[in-house]
Amino acid sequence: MTDPTIAAQADSGGSYVTALEHADGGGTGKKGKPRSLWSDAWGDLRRRPLFIIASVIILFLIVVAVFPEWFTSADPNHRDLSRSRQTPSSDALFGYDVQGQDIFARAVYGTRWSLLVGVGAAVFTVVIGAVIGLLAGYFGGAVDGFLSRVAEVFFGLPFVLGAIIILNAFRSSGVDSAFALVMMVVFALSLLSWPVAMRIMRSAAISAKQQDYVKAARALGASAWRIIFRHMLPNCLAPILVYATILLGSFIAVEATLSFLGIGLRDPAVSWGVMISDARNYIRVAPHLLLFPAGILTITVLAFVMLGDAVRDALDPKLR
Amino acid sequence: MSEAGEPILEVVDLVKHFPVRVGVLFKHTVGQVRAVDGVSFDLRRGETLGVVGESGCGKSTLAQVLMRLEPPTSGTAKFQGRDIFRMRGSELRKLRRSIQIVLQDPYTSLNPRMTVGDIIGEPFEIHPEVAPKGERATRVRELLEVVGLNPEHINRYPHQFSGGQRQRIGIARALALKPEVIICDEPVSALDVSIQAQVMNLLGDLQNEFGLSYVFIAHDLSVVRHLSDRVAVMYLGKVVEIGTEEEIYTRPTHPYTQALLSAVPVADPTLRGQRQVIRLEGDVPSPVDPPSGCRFRTRCWKAQDICAEEEPELTVRTGGQLSACHFAQEKSVVP
Repeated sequence: MTDPTIAAQADSGGSYVTALEHADGGGTGKKGKPRSLWSDAWGDLRRRPLFIIASVIILFLIVVAVFPEWFTSADPNHRDLSRSRQTPSSDALFGYDVQGQDIFARAVYGTRWSLLVGVGAAVFTVVIGAVIGLLAGYFGGAVDGFLSRVAEVFFGLPFVLGAIIILNAFRSSGVDSAFALVMMVVFALSLLSWPVAMRIMRSAAISAKQQDYVKAARALGASAWRIIFRHMLPNCLAPILVYATILLGSFIAVEATLSFLGIGLRDPAVSWGVMISDARNYIRVAPHLLLFPAGILTITVLAFVMLGDAVRDALDPKLR
Repeated sequence: MSEAGEPILEVVDLVKHFPVRVGVLFKHTVGQVRAVDGVSFDLRRGETLGVVGESGCGKSTLAQVLMRLEPPTSGTAKFQGRDIFRMRGSELRKLRRSIQIVLQDPYTSLNPRMTVGDIIGEPFEIHPEVAPKGERATRVRELLEVVGLNPEHINRYPHQFSGGQRQRIGIARALALKPEVIICDEPVSALDVSIQAQVMNLLGDLQNEFGLSYVFIAHDLSVVRHLSDRVAVMYLGKVVEIGTEEEIYTRPTHPYTQALLSAVPVADPTLRGQRQVIRLEGDVPSPVDPPSGCRFRTRCWKAQDICAEEEPELTVRTGGQLSACHFAQEKSVVP
């Protein structure tokens, strides 16, 4: 039989050492710095082109959302019916819509509300769903039974009907500012969509819980809190991240449905969803009415999908 | 190794039944899987107790119950005189520092999204009193060195290691809190034969260095023989024979032990074919409904009427070891 120390050196030999390790492991000065998953993931993300492109787009959208007046001097709500459905020109980059409003200006001013609705509702949905799903998956039994039944109650509500009821309840209590209205839409969307996120997280948590590393952590005396957030959460994030990026785009579109029904955003607040919804009937006579807001929406969703993919890959050491 | 050491772990009549439940909304219990059904043994300080038996005989369940990962149905297990099943709160936390486990599958027992440093350092985070914060990184490096890994690899992830190296990481994690007892739940059965020897030798060296006691679970008699001072043979949730390594391997008395030993491959080609191979007929009966009397009787060539009527006690029959067979007889099967 071989001596274990010699054997270990043989099977952990130099062939595994990568150039990167020579760079920071070979230097005597900073080899003492232990790393963790999150710092490794961040280091990896900064070098990913996908992440950089996505971040630049998203940062740009945020700047547009916060300072729309930097990008256009036109009034998004100024109507001039004589310019109805005019095609793009040097005067108005994206042309004019049916009411003779500047589409470019409306797209710029709509960024704020569309982003708020999409990102806000997606984040809320995923956070509520993930926390409840993790708890249900980890504790199982009666806790799981109770939380799953609660989720099914919300799951059973028809989406549009549920949104009408919730938003009408708030409208009658006299909410007027655009921001409060958007928050209400976000609240209504998250409240009606979290059960799917919860189901995704619950099933991921159930499979993670049965892994041996969770058993080993329990044998070490780890608390439920530590097992859920140190061991299960990082291993359950991938499916929910993908779901969140898909949700984001659909929420921006769903907001248009709510506006169409008169319970979403109202003038003077502008949103991409409303623009797309307004353009539906004119797609054959004036396609630019639809193409510009829809294109911007596509780019936005794409940026978030790329961001989600990059984060998911960075959190998986095998894909680095 | 110290034959006369005082018992550090005393297990008496340990029982673990899993209820079999059916029904969608209203579940009712239709039976019990008797995974562990009255197991008793002592583990002495510095000793290795091998536990062998085929798949499904309750070895791993025994390990889980002893680690308090599963609650026992009945029975007691005393660690240094105190019942581990009654421990709560801080006492249980202290027990975690004294008894640790090495799990079977090195591919699932390490969190794929934690660095090796985080995995081995986690015991110190859970039990901060063991090592002050500034010292932890040094301790992790020491542990890596102790198990024969390069301390420079502290920032790597489990998938960058081979199976044998991963099992070494698992052993380092179990060693971190300086336990007195380590339960090894088939630590080498997922590894290549060549790597098995390295890991076994490592476990042996660690035992000498730190004075550890092992409960060493395996389904391979030759693996257990290499390390064990005493061996317990399990069949369908019960210990059928327990004795010193020499007694079990050279003078087995229980027919099941003899059958198991006769299946061990013989390394010497000139001796091949000279010994009698005992072939057991049929399958292991279901642990939901085990046979009456002696559980091995359905496959035993010595079975008589008494075997079905009376359950044989685990007592000294012939020789020095305890054997649970009405017709215990010494018989050497390994040439």
